[in-house]
Amino acid sequence: MEFFRIHRDIPFMRHALVFNVISLVTFLAAVFFLATRGLHFSIEFTGGTVIETAYAQTADIPKVRTAVESLGLGDVLVQNFGSSRDVLIRVPLREGVKQADLVASVFGALCKAEGGTVSNREGAAEQGQSASRQACAAGAAEPVRLSRSEFVGPQVGKELAEDGAKALAFVVIGIMIYLALRFEWKFSVAAIVANLHDVVIILGFFAFFQWEFSLSVLAAVLAVLGYSVNESVVIFDRIRESFRRYRKMTTPEVIDHAITSTISRTIITHGSTQMMVLSMLIFGGQTLHYFAIALTIGILFGIYSSVFVAAAIAMWLGVKREDLVKSAAKDHDPNDPNAGAVV
Amino acid sequence: MNRYPFWKYAILVIALVVGIVYTLPNLFGEAPAVQVSSGKVTVKLDVSMKQRVEEILAKAGLQPDFVQFDGNSVKARLADLDAQRKAKDALSAALNPDPADPTYIVALNLLSRSPRWLTAMHALPMYLGLDLRGGVHFLMQVDMKAALTKKADSTAGDVRTLLRDKNIRHAGITRDGNAIVVRFRDQASLAAARPILADQLTDFAWEESQDGTDWKLAGMLKPDAVKRVQQAALTQNITTLHNRVNELGVAEPVIQQQGADRVVVQLPGVQDTAKAKDIIGRTATLEMRMVDETSEGRMAVTGAGPVPFGSERYTERGGAPLIVKRQVLLTGENLTDAQPGFDGQTQEPAVHLTVDARGARIMRDVSRENIGKRMAILLFEKGKGEVVTAPVIRGELGNRFQISGRMTTAEANDVALLLRAGSLAAPMEIIEERTIGPSLGAENIDKGFHSVVGGFAAIALFMCAYYLLFGVISTLALGLNLLLLVAVLSMLQATLTLPGIAAIALTLGMAIDANVLINERIREELRGGANPQAAINTGYERAWATILDSNVTTLIAGLALLAFGSGPIRAFAIVHCLGIITSMFSAVLFSRGLVNLWYGRQKRLKSVSIGQVWKPAATVPAKT
Repeated sequence: MEFFRIHRDIPFMRHALVFNVISLVTFLAAVFFLATRGLHFSIEFTGGTVIETAYAQTADIPKVRTAVESLGLGDVLVQNFGSSRDVLIRVPLREGVKQADLVASVFGALCKAEGGTVSNREGAAEQGQSASRQACAAGAAEPVRLSRSEFVGPQVGKELAEDGAKALAFVVIGIMIYLALRFEWKFSVAAIVANLHDVVIILGFFAFFQWEFSLSVLAAVLAVLGYSVNESVVIFDRIRESFRRYRKMTTPEVIDHAITSTISRTIITHGSTQMMVLSMLIFGGQTLHYFAIALTIGILFGIYSSVFVAAAIAMWLGVKREDLVKSAAKDHDPNDPNAGAVV
Repeated sequence: MNRYPFWKYAILVIALVVGIVYTLPNLFGEAPAVQVSSGKVTVKLDVSMKQRVEEILAKAGLQPDFVQFDGNSVKARLADLDAQRKAKDALSAALNPDPADPTYIVALNLLSRSPRWLTAMHALPMYLGLDLRGGVHFLMQVDMKAALTKKADSTAGDVRTLLRDKNIRHAGITRDGNAIVVRFRDQASLAAARPILADQLTDFAWEESQDGTDWKLAGMLKPDAVKRVQQAALTQNITTLHNRVNELGVAEPVIQQQGADRVVVQLPGVQDTAKAKDIIGRTATLEMRMVDETSEGRMAVTGAGPVPFGSERYTERGGAPLIVKRQVLLTGENLTDAQPGFDGQTQEPAVHLTVDARGARIMRDVSRENIGKRMAILLFEKGKGEVVTAPVIRGELGNRFQISGRMTTAEANDVALLLRAGSLAAPMEIIEERTIGPSLGAENIDKGFHSVVGGFAAIALFMCAYYLLFGVISTLALGLNLLLLVAVLSMLQATLTLPGIAAIALTLGMAIDANVLINERIREELRGGANPQAAINTGYERAWATILDSNVTTLIAGLALLAFGSGPIRAFAIVHCLGIITSMFSAVLFSRGLVNLWYGRQKRLKSVSIGQVWKPAATVPAKT
């Protein structure tokens, strides 16, 4: 089987300007949505409380909302997630509301709305481990169960945001230094510009659709940054090699050749990674959903930016054979038609 | 050229065997068990307990798989849930004759079902994180400012005692922030006081100054002392938390320091946050002070006058106001134990208290001077104080004394618990809390497992179809990568969480890149007309530089996450970084080993099974 039967090098660089305009437009759109809509941060960043409950029957959302609102907690969000029986309740941080007892009081209100009372139930869980929990009992039935809750204080959220920014800076600087040492500064600038543009576009998607930006999404974004830089590295590696092997080619031709000869690998590798991510998207459930989505966008734009943007930027920055093939090319003008063949 | 020396194959086989052995324990699952641990600080478990547990279980007619002692607890693994419940009942009944005051904690737990020879090799399964097994997670912030203030307060008391002992007259001792200011009327007393204070209270740096007609000696905590006080506060809080968590009877609690001023508490299996918080989150500190019984103080109680200078108003547990002096006699630090019991003579319920040597000295002095007066015991929760009890001092007290009278047994129990709870060095506040139900945990394991298996299968199918034999080899290498990753994580006894599983999946998805690079390179060499053996050799060689470069950039991102991430991000980063390293080994060394084994022996190799190598009709760019 062979998917890629390419007769001659595809002239990517001839259209470099078009590609760069496309990515500039996408980039600006992403920045626009980030600025106007902003990211929908999860409570890990903003602080607050999230409570997930599982109802025995289909949950009556308005009823749940009324029950929670009766507590006077401010701007409470009540919504289904996953199935019609799972309800997610999000309570923002608020001055004067004692967060620590919030979960218990909300659960108490929900339980009361279902006509039950909260009691402590001790005993073995399904797996045979000591467990005790607050159970809502209405007769013999258990109309609502607490499946997960999370409370994050305001100081934690601020730190997380700071740490996230630090991590991003560390990745950018680390990769730039590595590429500058291994290749050349023009490549390192090109790779970082191209891949930061991916990051901004992922964030733009999250801003546009108001998807929840959580810690795991941040991890995905940083992983994507490392991953798509690796894509650019593979292409740069080929560019360097082609500069050495094909002396007569011009810079755009060399870049075209490098991209063309790696395109099969690019598509197959990203396809494989995407298969794994797709599997996470299908089987991973709610927790891994946005993580997988961020990765998907990152992988798709990673291909685009490495192939069309990074190399083009390196070209605009004026990458020359001399930059990469220092000793061998000093006495030789690559554009000189009279230069003899060097074997 | 495509041959490995014998030792290289040996390394590969060893890696494979080690990978299998350490991955194995994760596959056996868990069996119900019963765990016996100490319920009191004073009770220490030893090997004899193992025998006792064995005897009790034998008497109850139960046949445990094994009973083991692991330093802190005795665990017995049982065949099924029914036997587990019976064993728990039998052990509780035999070990704790008084159920109201248990000496030992008998808890249900899970133990790995893996055979003993694996356990003997320290091949243990990965520890499952809370999001996979259910439980509560708390992150608590220790109020370090309060710890320092408290240190300054108690030192101010020491200064007072010291100066009185040496007969040096002063014009007042105050605390200003974390500094202690001692005023003197003349320079002579300052000169006399300074060497004594500098000598006795080495944690403070003393500085003198003149303020009007007064002379001032100001003491500031030295920076290293600040660090010491904070670390001590944290350590003591962790110890206290351990004791409190023991009361909950949780099988495997995690209580760890995080950062400079935080403590993580994880209680697997506990869903009842209210109760857990009730015991853990009782963020309280204890102080003993004298009740202000001057006439101004009495007036203030009835509301007829203002609260006198140097005193504060608190409410008793009944709700009545009480005016208490600001000066702290003793703190929870000095209180070593508080147990409910009965008065030796009147048989009334009582609380027996034990204080340390320093506490005993202060107690003796204070009680001798204040017989007939009341002493208040205050409990501070989140900066708000409450009087637990304010007994009248009946006589001179030593290091052991009791509070009795007007108490029921339940109240005595309550007070004792509150007093013990008071031995936190600094108040703590819950800043993060997470609960995960056990069914959600089990669901998360399934989801993570299916994600990895689904993705792996899809990649394997594609690789085998596209690269034929080389695809099979790539898939085997990817499989070894998974095996090694799980083995390394098990060896490190890392905690597996859902983000960790996601990282395993993602790492596998990325690791296939190395094999794709290699296979594409070999095809390209073949396309260029190289003979098969040379193509394999150059393919691997050329791809190696690229693989190294691309993995280093991914590793940089992983390290950044590891350095700056916390919680779920850290778990993700650890797995990601380890996965990159194992993938370099498996994708390059191991797959090359297999290729060499298969093709390396054949001298006249005509073709390799790497799928169709298509050659363009047009010429490739001319080489110059």
